[in-house]
Amino acid sequence: MTAATTTGLVAYEDAVRRYDPVLGIEVHVELGTLTKMFCAAEVAYGGEPNTQVTPVSLGLPGALPVVNGKAVEYAIRIGLALNCSIAESCRFARKNYFYPDVPKNFQTSQYDEPIAYDGWIDVELEDGEVFRVEIERAHMEEDAGKNTHVGGSTGRIQGAEYSLVDYNRAGIPLVEIVTRPIEGAGERAPEVARAYVQTLRDIFRTLDVSEARMERGNVRADVNLSLRPTPESPLGTRTETKNVNSFRSIERAVRYEVSRQAGVLDAGLPVIQETRHFHEEDGTTSSGRVKSDAEDYRYFPEPDLVPVAPSREWVEEIRATLPEMPVARRRRLQTEWGYADAEMRDVVNAGAIDLIEATVSAGTSAAGARKWWMGELARRANQDDVMLADLSVTPAQIAQLQGLVESGRLNDKLARQVLDGVLAGEGDPEAVVVARGLEIVSDDGPLLAAIDDALAAQPDIVEKVRGGNQGPVGAIIGAVMKATKGQADAKRVRELVLDRIGQ
Amino acid sequence: MGTNDMTSDITRLSASDLASALASKSVSSVEATQAHLDRIAAVDGDVHAFLHVSSEEALATAADVDAKRAAGEELHPLAGVPIAVKDVVVTKGLPTTAGSKILAGWIPPYDATLVERIKAAGLPILGKTNMDEFAMGSSTEHSAFGNTKNPWDLDRIPGGSGGGSAAAVAGFEAPLAIGTDTGGSIRQPGAVTGTVGVKPTYGGVSRYGLIAMASSLDQAGPVTRTVLDAALLHELIGGHDPHDSTSINEPVPGVVAAARQGATGDLRGLRVGVVKELSGEGYQTGVSARFDESLDQLRALGAEIVEVSCPSFTYALDAYYLIMPAEASSNLAKFDGMRFGLRVEPEEGPVTAERVMSATRGAGFGDEVKRRVILGTYALSAGYYDAYYGSAQKVRTLIQRDFAAAFEQADVLVSPTAPTTAFKFGEKLDDPLAMYLNDIATIPANLAGVPGMSLPNGLSDDGLPVGFQILAPAKADDRLYRVGAALEAALESRWGGPLLNRAPELKTTELAR
Repeated sequence: MTAATTTGLVAYEDAVRRYDPVLGIEVHVELGTLTKMFCAAEVAYGGEPNTQVTPVSLGLPGALPVVNGKAVEYAIRIGLALNCSIAESCRFARKNYFYPDVPKNFQTSQYDEPIAYDGWIDVELEDGEVFRVEIERAHMEEDAGKNTHVGGSTGRIQGAEYSLVDYNRAGIPLVEIVTRPIEGAGERAPEVARAYVQTLRDIFRTLDVSEARMERGNVRADVNLSLRPTPESPLGTRTETKNVNSFRSIERAVRYEVSRQAGVLDAGLPVIQETRHFHEEDGTTSSGRVKSDAEDYRYFPEPDLVPVAPSREWVEEIRATLPEMPVARRRRLQTEWGYADAEMRDVVNAGAIDLIEATVSAGTSAAGARKWWMGELARRANQDDVMLADLSVTPAQIAQLQGLVESGRLNDKLARQVLDGVLAGEGDPEAVVVARGLEIVSDDGPLLAAIDDALAAQPDIVEKVRGGNQGPVGAIIGAVMKATKGQADAKRVRELVLDRIGQ
Repeated sequence: MGTNDMTSDITRLSASDLASALASKSVSSVEATQAHLDRIAAVDGDVHAFLHVSSEEALATAADVDAKRAAGEELHPLAGVPIAVKDVVVTKGLPTTAGSKILAGWIPPYDATLVERIKAAGLPILGKTNMDEFAMGSSTEHSAFGNTKNPWDLDRIPGGSGGGSAAAVAGFEAPLAIGTDTGGSIRQPGAVTGTVGVKPTYGGVSRYGLIAMASSLDQAGPVTRTVLDAALLHELIGGHDPHDSTSINEPVPGVVAAARQGATGDLRGLRVGVVKELSGEGYQTGVSARFDESLDQLRALGAEIVEVSCPSFTYALDAYYLIMPAEASSNLAKFDGMRFGLRVEPEEGPVTAERVMSATRGAGFGDEVKRRVILGTYALSAGYYDAYYGSAQKVRTLIQRDFAAAFEQADVLVSPTAPTTAFKFGEKLDDPLAMYLNDIATIPANLAGVPGMSLPNGLSDDGLPVGFQILAPAKADDRLYRVGAALEAALESRWGGPLLNRAPELKTTELAR
C-alpha cells in the first residue's frame, strides 16, 4: 500500500519515452434545467442550505421520483452532439451505497442502458492537431448533496468534529460522459485530456444545456490513467483521479500520474487500482479509496420509474434544432474568412471568434476585422489585463471605425484616436470624429499654407530635394502633419510637397 | 333503543348506508365520527388495531363536512364517513411509523396522494392502523408496537401485514380502511377477519406517500365490510397521479357501477376459471369446502366454471422471496438515522456516519426486516444477481404469461384467498417458511400486477372466517366487483345477513365520558 508513496517520480519526458499512457475520462455535467432530475425542487446556485428540496430530493419515506423531461431532452442533445446513438428505450437503475450525501442511500442513475452510446468527438489541440476521442456512453443520473466537514484543520472528513449536509444539490440532473480508452496520445496525453474536457465544455455551452462553469462544479472530470510498456501491450492497471475541476489541473494531474506510475513500475511494483485525490496546491495526487475489491453497488433496474423511450420523431426534431458545434463552426469560419491555420488558431485562443464574426457580419472584411481585434484591441486588452470581449467597444463600432478608414475619412493614427474616444464612452466612432474634430483634412487650401510655411522654414531640405535626393522630404511632411495635428492625408501632403518643390 | 345503542348502531352501518344517512341528515358526521371514536376507545384496548388515534383532527374534519352540508355545498358521496389508514401511508402532521421503531416519533411533512384525495373528499381520518413492520409479515406479530388481535378470536392473528386495518373494520371501529398489498397484505387479513379487501391493478392507485417495501409489487387498496363499500373507496383513491411514474394514466374502471350491477345477481355468460395450482393439498378442509360451495353458488347465478392451469404459479413464492427482499433492501436503505426517525449512536468507539447508520439500523429494525434486507442484499450482489434476481424476474414473466393464457379461457380466476383460517399467535413466528406460505395464493397477482379481491365466503369447521379470492386481468378491476357483489348478495341471503353478524361480541370497556 505504501509502495506508491515510497517510489520516486520519473521525469515526465523520460516516463513517456518508456511508457505509453492510456487515458479514460468521465465528465459529469450539471444540466441547467429549472428543476431537479426527479422532482420539482428548484435548481439554483448558492441558495440557503436545504431550501431547494422536496420530500423526493430529501429521500423521505414514501416519496417517488418522476423523470424531468427537459433533462432527457438535454441528455439527448448532448448525445447527438457527441455523435452518439440514442437508445430507443432505456432504464434507470439504482446504484446502492450508504453515504449521508445520498439521501436515499442509492443514486438513481443509468447502468446497462444509457440514453446515448457509441459516439465520438474531434478534439483540437492548441497547435491545430486534431485528435478523435471515442465516447462509450452518456447517461443520466442525479447529483449528490454536499458535505461540509467542520472542526478539522483540513476541511476533510478526517479529524472533523461534525459534518453538515446540504441537499440543495441532491437530485440536480447530471449527464455523465464516459470515453472509451483514449490510446495513441503518447506524450500529448495531458494536452489531449485538457482539450477534451475543454471541447466538452464548449459543446455544453453551445447546446445551452448547462452554464458549464468549472469553478462552480457544473463540469467535473474524473481522469483514469494507466501506463503500458508499448502501445501493443495490454492495458495496465489504472488509477482514477477524482474531481479534477479546472483545465489546468486536468493537465497537471495527468502529468503527475504518468510520472508517479512510471516510478512505481520502474521499481518493479504493481500500480494499485484506486481512487486518487488531486491537490491544487502542489499538483500532486494522493491515494484515496482502494478499489481492489471492486465495490458492489448492487445495481438493479429502478422499479419506481418506467423506461424512458424517446420517440424517433422527437430525436430527429432535437437533431434538427442542434446548433453548429464549435469545431465545425471554426472550420467553416476559417474557410469563409480565408485565414491561415496559425491566424485562426490565434483568433480562437484569444477568444475573438464571436467578436470577429459579429464584426464581419456588420460589414467589415475578414482581414479588416482581424486587424482590429488581433492588433490594436488585443494590445489594449492585454495592457488592461481583460478579455477582448470585456473591452467597452462593440463589433458594430469596430465595423463603423474600419468603414471610416476604408472610405479615407480616417487614417490609422486618427482611427486609433477615435477608438480612444469610443473606449472612453464618448459614443460611436462617427460621433467621436465629430466631437473631437478628427476627420482627415482633404481640402488642399489649408494644406498648401502649411506646406509653404514648412518649406520656408527648412530651405536646406528644399535644396537637397531639388538636387535629386528625395530622402529628406519626410521631414517636410512630418512638419506639415504636425502643423495639421495629424489630420492631413500624408499621401496627399507628399504629392503637394513634391509638386511645390518641383515648381 | 337507548342512546348508547344508537351510537353502536352507527358503527354497524356499512359505509354506503352511513353515507346515505349522512346525506339525508339523519345523522351528522360528527356523530358518526364520535361513535367510531367511542367504539375504538371501548374495544381497541383488546384489539389493538390502531397505533395512533387522531380524534381531534377527525372531529374537526367531521364538523367541517357537517357545516358544508348544512350550507348546501356539493359533497363527495363518502364525505363525512370516517376512515382508518394503514400506518405505512404518510399523513401530514400525524405520526407514521410503518410499524417500526426506526420511525417512532416521525411526523411526515406531506400527505400521500391517496390521503390528499381522502381529505379533499372530506373523510375524517380516525387514525393509523397497526401492521407488520414495513408491511413484512402475515400476522402483525412483526409490528414493533405489539400485535393486533383478530376480533373473531383474540388469541388469533388478524392476518398481515394489514391486520390493523382489517381488524378495525371487522371490529366495527371503522367502516372503511386503507390497506396495502405487496404479496397479500390486504386480501389475507380480509380472509381471516371476514372482511372485504381489494388489491387494485398495479398502478391503479398512486403509491406516492406509501412507505415502499417492494416498489414493483406494492399497491394500496380498500378494506371494507361490503363489496360496494370497497368500490366506493376504490373509486375515490384510484386514478392517475403525476407524482407516481408507474401510475396508470387512464380513468378508474367503473367499479361502483359494476358492484351495483353484480348485486342484481346475474352472472350469465361469465366464465370463472378455477386455478388448479391454487387449491387441494395444503388447504384446510373447511377452506376447500367453502370454496367449492361458492363455486356452486356462482354456477347457480349463471356463471360457467372452467378449470385453468397456471403451472408457473408453483414458483411464485420463490420468485417473490427474491424480488421483494431485493427491492426492500434498497427501499429501506434510507432509514439510517441521518435525516429523520430514530438515531442511535454507537455505545463505544468513534461516532462516524457509518457507525451511526449501523447502530441505528441495528437497533431500529426488527428481525423480519433484517432477515429480508439481508436476503435482498445477497440476491442483488455481484455474481449472484443473475442466478437470483435475474431468474426471479424470468419467473415473473412466466407467471404473467400464465395469467394471460388463463384469461383467454376465463373472465375471472378464483381460489381460496389463504390456505387456512386465522392461526394462533406464536404458531408460525419461529418458522418463516410456514408464515410465508400464507401468501401462496395471493402472491401471483402481485407478481403479474393484476387486481384481486378477497371477500368472506363462510366459516370453516373451526368457526373462523374463510376468504374467497377473485382475480381479473390488469385494468379490469370492475370484473372483481361484479362477481364479488353477486356472490356476496347470494351468500348473505343464504346466511340471512352479513357474516360479521356471527362474530362474537367484543368486550367493551366502560367509557369515562
